[in-house]
This record gives sequence, structure tokens and C-alpha cells, in this order.
Amino acid sequence: MEWETVVGLEIHAQLATRSKIFSGSSTAYGAAPNVQANLVDLGYPGVLPVLNREAVRMAVMLGLAVGARVARRSIFARKNYFYPDLPKGYQISQYEQPVVEHGTIEILLEDGERKPIGVTRAHLEEDAGKSLHEGLGRASGIDLNRAGTPLLEIVSEPDMRSAREAVAYMKKVHTLVRYLGICDGNMQEGSFRCDANVSVRPQGAREYGTRCEIKNLNSFRFVERAINHEVERQVELIEGGGQVVQETRLYDPDRDETRSMRSKEEANDYRYFPDPDLLPLVLDDAFIDDVRAGLPELPDAKAARFAREHGLSEYDAGVLTASRELAAYFEEVAAGAGSPKLAANWVMGDLSGFLNRDGLEIGASPVTAAALAGMLKRIVDGTVSGKLAKDVFEAMWTERKPADAIIEAKGLRQITDTSAIEQAIARVLAENPGQLSDYRAGKEKLFGFFVGQVMKATAGKANPAQLNELLKKMLAGP
Amino acid sequence: MSLHHSTAAELGRGLAARQYSSVEVTRHFLDRIGRANASLNAFVTVTGERALEDARRADARIARGEGGPLTGVPLAHKDIFCTSGILTSCGSRMLSNFVAPYDATVVERLDAAGMVLLGKTNMDEFAMGSSNETSFYGPVKNPWDTAKVPGGSSGGSASAVAARIAPVATGTDTGGSIRQPGALTGLTGFKPTYGRVSRYGMVAFASSLDQAGVLAQSAEDAALVLGAMAGHDARDSTSVAEPVPDYAAALGRPVKGLRIGIINEFFGEGLEAATSAAVRAAIEAFRSEGATVEELSLPNLPLSVPTYYVVAPAECSSNLSRFDGVRFGHRCKDPKDLMDLYRRSRGEGFGAEVKRRVMTGTYVLSAGYYDAYYLKAQKVRSLINQDFRRAFGKVDVLMGPTAPTPAFPIGAKTDDPILMYLNDIYTIGANLAGLPAVSVPCGFVDGLPVGLQIIGPHFAEGRLLAAAHAWQVATDWHRRMPPAYA
Repeated sequence: MEWETVVGLEIHAQLATRSKIFSGSSTAYGAAPNVQANLVDLGYPGVLPVLNREAVRMAVMLGLAVGARVARRSIFARKNYFYPDLPKGYQISQYEQPVVEHGTIEILLEDGERKPIGVTRAHLEEDAGKSLHEGLGRASGIDLNRAGTPLLEIVSEPDMRSAREAVAYMKKVHTLVRYLGICDGNMQEGSFRCDANVSVRPQGAREYGTRCEIKNLNSFRFVERAINHEVERQVELIEGGGQVVQETRLYDPDRDETRSMRSKEEANDYRYFPDPDLLPLVLDDAFIDDVRAGLPELPDAKAARFAREHGLSEYDAGVLTASRELAAYFEEVAAGAGSPKLAANWVMGDLSGFLNRDGLEIGASPVTAAALAGMLKRIVDGTVSGKLAKDVFEAMWTERKPADAIIEAKGLRQITDTSAIEQAIARVLAENPGQLSDYRAGKEKLFGFFVGQVMKATAGKANPAQLNELLKKMLAGP
Repeated sequence: MSLHHSTAAELGRGLAARQYSSVEVTRHFLDRIGRANASLNAFVTVTGERALEDARRADARIARGEGGPLTGVPLAHKDIFCTSGILTSCGSRMLSNFVAPYDATVVERLDAAGMVLLGKTNMDEFAMGSSNETSFYGPVKNPWDTAKVPGGSSGGSASAVAARIAPVATGTDTGGSIRQPGALTGLTGFKPTYGRVSRYGMVAFASSLDQAGVLAQSAEDAALVLGAMAGHDARDSTSVAEPVPDYAAALGRPVKGLRIGIINEFFGEGLEAATSAAVRAAIEAFRSEGATVEELSLPNLPLSVPTYYVVAPAECSSNLSRFDGVRFGHRCKDPKDLMDLYRRSRGEGFGAEVKRRVMTGTYVLSAGYYDAYYLKAQKVRSLINQDFRRAFGKVDVLMGPTAPTPAFPIGAKTDDPILMYLNDIYTIGANLAGLPAVSVPCGFVDGLPVGLQIIGPHFAEGRLLAAAHAWQVATDWHRRMPPAYA
């Protein structure tokens, strides 16, 4: 039987606020344990939560960016359970009435088709702390620095039909939250992570199969592998006559497998109820309009504009808008060089290659957009050939000097002076009389040989177009 | 006349006039606490040194001419308010080792007014109780008859002020915990509008109902202390940004023309006859002073008790989850694993009434029961709200008894939680609707005080205090003292 995969994702994006969602503590990553936990974060008797408006603004930004309905009134609830890294014994989270509902995110499939993925909801909540089990002997430690960090949980519809689609969606959300500046997207530090709800059903079936929720997915690669693994497990189980049991499973990247965490029966009864310490979150049109007015150009709109204005392919436009920084870099290069096509090729080609090689983000590129534009201008005006430009670029990368200085210092300036090229050609013809007579006897394939010889004689600096033209003329004879 | 025969307001005036110093006043009350507390068990902690330091500072402030009407006047805080560096037990074994690292907003503001902290008063455990018998620190005695309860949960504050071992004290009122002990000990017990006073630093019982207030000798005292503690606090999202009027200045408003509604539902079965008579006589007296009186029905009000005993336990079951033995409070010895730590720390730390309410609350919030209990209770709550709103369309204040009987013997109701819960039958409505309400002494039955309850619309604190004050100008019930502690 053919099986269809059904995936829905719950993405947790840590909002890039300076302070926590219900307290004034810093949210900076990497501090010594518990130094960023005040009495509110520690859940001391008598303390109360006060909502961080900045977190609300960020949630609304996401809502508007995915064309969702932004609730004029939403409610914070308490999710009750006991755990040492949950100081109050409950997590404050939006439950029945989230701030964002019914949005859409479009993904680009491999065949070039666009597919809309429904965003069921996005809600605000606080993160828990961390339990530490290493290096403390038989004891466990608790670090509450993360407790109270604002999270936006973005829940999708079960609209994805493969691990690849799920990854494409997750990447799209990742791009979007970074565009909006509401999340740093750092997956290693856990700022952007997701749980996947996975089920399978016979191809063509209408009903969904029983789903399992896979937790602990903090990289695109793990999402793909975990979903594929889980699909395989479920199909094998069903084909072997078994049944999928609804449960929460944990992905172990070291062993590349998922294993059961808790079944539906063991699941907590969270006893949700509206948090009486917080008033309903009421947003008026003025606030929402203000957020809308402050939205940056979004990735899809930017890609469409790049394609339109710069004559780029949809694919190239997509690559160049993968991050706001990359897009800005490209635009600066394109404007400076006066040739968007050339700019696109260089940004996606040599520049991306070097960044990857050195593991750098675009913001840390040793060659600035202005410098790259300066170099491309020298290609456009014929100062350097495209081939030698690669050497110039490499030198710019390592020496961090502008293109002109490198061209000068290395003498890479293209020879465009007609008489100089004619002289070089004449010398080559004189030195190779045999090949010359063969050519003139009809062996035209030798043309390349002469080009090579002249390039060698000019250390590659002869302008190729001029060289071709002059060489043809001189080979034809006086 | 001895210092403790003065109200807080009178002490404030005497201090301002330099008739005596705050140190003298403070020593006088510390001395009285030292002699009387053993028989009353009103204080959990007496902060003698701190009190004298506060008093010296207050005297210096008065000498600089910077004092206010409460500067140098001693007070006691219910042990539910966090006080920096001082045990804040909440009447529970769970917090019997908890020294708060910060001051509650109420504590901070009364401190800023120059009041002197005598100590922290006993209370029902986590404010859950109506007789002050659930405290880990033992029952509090009623100074009018030490075999009787002082009411609860602010029983320690009530007992202390009634016995004049503190001139005034703070309390909290979730279902009547200021007004009912006020009634049972002959005090003016004032619960403001929900949101009027910050809850920051007040250990939470039921967050949507809890409100801080005052146990005082007079409406004037209540007006002064309330004025000093009320107001918006950015640290409490439910505190209201409404400006605080000068309550003391509004006390002179006449009773003439005041439209009084009598709540019919409060005078049915369960109300003791002599108490009923005293309350009715008081309302008659208001009529003879020029108020109009009409009988009103609030049909959903009798559902207050069952509604409250769903909402309050639900919130408390969640609020008390933080007491898990991990970061503060009682921790069991040698836990063998996490579950054991939770089970034994909470099992040992909480008393029976708290456990009963945590379990009730956990039950009503559980999947499958939420709609039938919690959601339904919230619906009834809004119906009760509507009843009150409709009533206040017709009258300025509502009047009735505060408690169905005067103080009852210690131990009389401890075996029957339902009987105990019915003590709050007349007070709970105001909490469910978030309304301000006050209990004022209106007579005695068999030598025990009886309270008249006055309920007003939201933010009508000034109106309630003026009515209470007018009553106290005309009567002297509030000036009577328990003979054994005069």
C-alpha cells in the first residue's frame, strides 16, 4: 500500500525582547545560572506577573505578516503541572483565546509549485527554566535564567505531506521571524525549535491516522530525519498488523531514532484556567495599525520585487531574500555595480562560497557590499576580466583592501589598448609560423591555441573581446 | 486616659501635637502585647526592635515637621503580607521558615506614611478559614471571650486591635476575612473595591477575590489607613489606575438622603434572631437620620457560597503549587526522589483545610469537570454581579448583617466544614462582585459584638466610610472595649 505522510508543526520562537514576558529580568543567553532570575521568575510568594508590551507587539507583527486575524481580546491561562524548573507550578500561556489565529504561509515545492500551509494560531507564553543533571554528583541543578523568557508558539495545520515540506515550512517561518526582527533564530541556543505531529494514512484516505508528537527538534536536519524515521516506524507498525498509539516521542539525534516519552494516558491534565493575575489582553485598532505601519518588507514581497525590478529568476530571487541581511547586501551591490544580474551571480556564487567555507554570516563578510560593488564596476567598465576578477575577489577577502588597490598592486588591469594587443598577437604569429600556415590552410580549430598563446603572453590581461576580434583579423592576413 | 484608649487617628493627632512621642506610644503597645499576647495568640511575630527604630525615625520626621496623620502610629500587619527580613508565615507550617526578601506594596506604603511596625498577626492558614483555628500557630482568641473565636481569616489582626494591643492592623478579605472578624470582635473592618489596593507582596489565596484592607477602631482610622495604602501599582496588573480620593476629608458627608437597600436574602433562615434585631435597629436609626430604606431582592446571591467554594479553591489549587519544597518554605527530610519531595513537603507543610481546598480546586479544574464546576461558577458569578449592578441602580448602599451569629466557641465548627463555610454567607457576595464593603459594630448579643455590613458600588469607598462614620458619631458601640483588656 502507498502511504501518505501528514505533518503539522508547533514552532517555538523565542521573542527577541530585552526583558522577560512577565518580569524585568534580562533575557540574554549564556549568563551564569540563576543570575537572571528575579523574585517573579522564581515564583516567590506574593509576586505578580506584568505583561511585557514588546512581546505583544512582536506577536502581532507575526500575525500581520502571515495574514492572520489579530484578536482584539485574548486571554492568558495557567497550564498547571509540577516540575522543578517550573517555579510557580504553572506556565502562563494563551490557551482558548490566542492573540493570533488563521494565517497562511506559502512554501515553494521542489517542482516549483507554491503551496499554502495554514497557520492555525500563534500564542504568547513563558518558557520554563532548565534542569541540569551533569557535574553535580547525585544532585540535579536548576537554572531559572530561561524561566519567563517570552515564546511565540506558532502552530500549523496538518498541511504538510512530507518531511521536506515540513522543513521548507520551518525554514520559511525561520526566515520570517528573522525578517521581522522578533527572533534571532539561533537554533543551537534553542531560540527556534519545534515539535512535529506526524501521522500516516493510506494514499487517498480522508481521515487522519493516529498522530505522534515528536519533541526536541532543534535543527532543520533533525526535523527531516525525525519525521522520516517516525513515518517509517508508523508504516512498519501498521503493515505488521499493529496500531499507532497516540503519544509523545523524543527524538534522539545521536541514535537517529524516536522513543516514547509518555502515552496519552500518562499525559498531564493541565487544568487550564484563565490566569486571574492578568487582565485580558485587549488590542485596539490604533495599536495594530501602528504595528502594521512598522512592518518591514516581507520575504515573499521582496522576492517578487527582486524578480520584477532586477529581472532575476524566481529561484534566484528566493535565494537572495533568504535573510534580510543578504537581501540588503545584494541590493547595495546591485545598485553600486549597476548590474543586478552580475551582482546576483557574484553574491550567490563566489561570495556565498567563501562565506560557507569560512563559516561566516553575511554580516561578517570581510568584503563589504560597497567593496564588492566597486569590484564589479571594474568588470563592467572592462578594467578587469571576469576571470581575473576571481583573483581580485580572493585577494580582497584575505587582504581586506578595495578592488582598485589590488588591481593596481598586482597589475591585473586588463589590456584594452589595441596596439598593445596587436603587438602581442604579431609576436605570437611570428613565433608560431607552422600553426599559422596550418590555420590559414583551413585548420580553424587552432584559433583557440592562438588565444591561449596571446593570453599567456599578456599574463591573462588582454581584453578577451578585443583579442578575439583583432586575432581574427590578423590571422586572416594582411 | 491611657494611650491605648485612643484611635489611630487620635494618636496621630497627639503625636503631631507632640503630646507624646512615637517611642512612648510604641513602648506602650509593645508592653501591652507582651502582657496580653499569651492569652490571645494574636501575634506570630513581634518586631520590638524594628518597631522602636521605626518610632525613632517617625519622631525625627515629626520634629522636622514632615509627618502625616499616621506618622508614628503603630500598626500590625497580617502575616500574609511580605515584610523584608521578617518571617512571613501565612499561618502555615509551609512558610514557618520563610523570611521574605521584599516588602509588599501595602507594607511599603504604610512604612512610607511613617507607621510603626509592631509585628505580624496570626491568621487562618493561607487565609483559609473563618475562625482562625486553621493556623499552624494555633487558634487566636476573641478578647471579648477567650473561649470564643475572633473570626477569620484575619483573626489575629482583629483580636489585636479589639484588645487594643495594636491601634490598627491590616487584613485581607477573600470571602469576608476582614469583615467577619471585624464583626465578631467589635471593629470597623473595611474591604475596598477589588483592584483598589495592590496585591503585590500579599501571598495569594484566590487572586480574583483577594483584597487588602483594614481592621480599625473607627471609620476614621479605616479612612486614613486605606488612603495611605490604596492606589495604582505597576507591579499588580489588576490594580486600578483610579485616583485615590481623600477619604478622611469625605467623612463629614451627611446620611440625609442616603438611599439604603436592605438585602432580603440576608434576613432568611440561618440568621440568629438577636443579630437580626440589632442589624434592623441600626438600619432604622439610619432612616431616622434622614436616609431612605427599601427592601431589595438579589435572587442569585444565595448561590454565593457554592460559587465561592468552586472559584476560590480552583485559584488556590494553582496559587499554592509554588510551595513545592524546591526553592523556599518547608522541605521534607531526605527526599528519596522528586515525587517524594513534592508529596512529603506539601503533605507535611499544609494543614487539613488547605489540603481540602487544594483538592477541591484541583477537582473542579480537571478535564471533564471544568465546565460543570468552574465554568458554571463563573457564570453564576456574573449573574451575582448583575444582581448587584441592578440594585445599585436604585440605591446608594446595601445593608445587612455581616455574620449570621456573634462569635462562636473555639472548636464548635471545626468538624463541619460546610457549617464553617456558612459563616461567610453574607460577605462572599461582595468579593465575587469585587465591591467595597465594611462591617461596623452595631450592638451586642450576650456580651459579644454584632456587625452591620454596608456594601457599595465599585470605588464608593468614600460613601461607605462616610455612612460608617456618621453611624459612629451617633453611637458608641465602636468605642467599647473588651473589659479584660481595657
